Amino acid sequence: MSTPVTTASPSASTASGGGSKGAPRLRTPRKKHSPGRPKRSILLTVLTGLILVYTVVPLLWLVINATKTQQGLADSNGLWFAHHFALWSNIHDTFTYHDGIFVRWLLNTLLYVVLGAGGATFLSILGGYALAKFNFPGKRAIFAVVIGAVAVPGTALAVPTFLMFSKMGLTDTPWAVIIPSLVSPFGLYLMWVFATEAIPVELLEAARIDGAGEIRTFFQVSLPLLAPGVVTVLLFTTVATWNNYFLPLIMIKNPDWYPLTLGLDAWNSQAQTIGGDVIFNLVITGSLLTIVPLIAAFLLLQKYWQSGLAAGSVKE
Amino acid sequence: MTTLQPPAAATRPPTRPSAKRERRSWTGWGFIGPFAVVFAFVFLAPIAYSIYLSLFRDQLIGGNHFVGLDNYTQAFQDDQFWSSLERVSLFLVIQVPIMLGIALFVALALDSGRLFGRDFFRISIFLPYAVPAVVATLMWGFMYGTQFGLVGDINSAFDVTLPDPLSAHLVLASIGNIVTWEFVGYNMLIFYSALRVIPTSLYEAAEIDGAGQFRVITAIKLPAIRGALVIATIFSIIGSFQLFNEPSILRPLARNAITTDYTPNFYTYSLSFNGQQHNYSAAVAIIMGLITMIIAYVVQLRGMRKGA
Repeated sequence: MSTPVTTASPSASTASGGGSKGAPRLRTPRKKHSPGRPKRSILLTVLTGLILVYTVVPLLWLVINATKTQQGLADSNGLWFAHHFALWSNIHDTFTYHDGIFVRWLLNTLLYVVLGAGGATFLSILGGYALAKFNFPGKRAIFAVVIGAVAVPGTALAVPTFLMFSKMGLTDTPWAVIIPSLVSPFGLYLMWVFATEAIPVELLEAARIDGAGEIRTFFQVSLPLLAPGVVTVLLFTTVATWNNYFLPLIMIKNPDWYPLTLGLDAWNSQAQTIGGDVIFNLVITGSLLTIVPLIAAFLLLQKYWQSGLAAGSVKE
Repeated sequence: MTTLQPPAAATRPPTRPSAKRERRSWTGWGFIGPFAVVFAFVFLAPIAYSIYLSLFRDQLIGGNHFVGLDNYTQAFQDDQFWSSLERVSLFLVIQVPIMLGIALFVALALDSGRLFGRDFFRISIFLPYAVPAVVATLMWGFMYGTQFGLVGDINSAFDVTLPDPLSAHLVLASIGNIVTWEFVGYNMLIFYSALRVIPTSLYEAAEIDGAGQFRVITAIKLPAIRGALVIATIFSIIGSFQLFNEPSILRPLARNAITTDYTPNFYTYSLSFNGQQHNYSAAVAIIMGLITMIIAYVVQLRGMRKGA
């Protein structure tokens, strides 16, 4: 690593442990970005604030209404609390309703995310690394086919995939959800762009000259450099898997294998069936519990996924 | 740790960067192989199978037999298919510009440095992206409801009767609102990331030329993020043509307004899973896929060429 030219004070080491390459680019000095250090504008802040209200009010509505009983939902104003604060009992009921099926759905979702999104990320890292740093026969063909296939609507594939899987006896098992989740063309693209920038060719050559095998080079030299990109891809594949609805809807009939999204939809629909139990308070509380982990992940990992995205936009 | 320079390095002519690449070898396949195998299994095989299915028909008499393009001619004469296609096209021309317009406005506002609390705005407007379509639709569905939703609250508080968002002529707009809410932040982030990497020298040049804020946006910022704009437009078009989740989840609340052939995707789903017409469903899905690809391709060509 070349040391920057030091001024009077000894410069702090720029080798941050996070390895967040690209983060400095995000933090360009603001005054340089628009010349003459722009004045803060109240009008612009108010206009953007209106859009903020639009995006945040539904989430507020969800939080407020998760504290109401079924009766309270009907009696009170949607954007204010009811007299009876029922959040804890709602959470308790959500977890225990129907022999704790919600917990089962949560565990299923975690299983699909760990294997599906984790696997998709791993395959994307390997594939992106190969596209960025190796020259192999058929490379152009791979590009063409992957880019072409991305334009095919995923739902157009759903029916034939279902028929294929049912012939193999895979439907109604977790594999029917996990296997299709393993391929993330967007993740492959992002890792390819990221690996192109983050791994200097000289470093790979040095490792090879030192006699490290390709696999060892990948794990010991390349993978650490790819960390911010990995977090970005992992986060986006996690969201895609966690939020998936269409794929499990087609593949899974047995409620024991439902992910959360399908379970909530089933709870919501059962109010429409004759003699069905109306549990809108649990639908709302369950929805809140479903989004809390993802929102927390996004907030906690902000630094990483934003720098990963920034690297992706350089190429465009 | 000092390394000895290999003496050969000094005498070798300097190599061009492209020649630094390894000569073609199969090593790369070891890394891309796993992706390629799964990709073939979940992308290529279903596409091939879908084409195969669309050329056959399963009948009570005679069983499964080859019918050529009969399924396709049937689709072209199918009013249900065309009206669903019309519906998503209408949805597309209204919803996509609104969503991308708002996203672009927020991205430019964040990038201008004129906002109080920029980072708070950025993350808060992005958050709905983390909300599953199921949850977003259930949430908005409750809020649309006159029974215990916000619409009902407003009606009783002001003693008015707002038009019902779940009625037949408004439900498409209501779905458009849900989709906009879900993806406005995601698109904003794509635009914002592209804006952040514009070289500062361009702004300095603009300042010397005495360009105003508005000129800087039209002459520097928008051309610089053209690629991001095109990509976001293509993704949004694909998303509109695939519309399924929101109408499907909203259907229990608006049974009369949202039919099972409401969107092309809903239609193929119903054909296959409620009607067992897998062959015909495959043909409709392929036609939809082709239409989507053609439009995405045209947008890409036009977007990349215009004034570039």
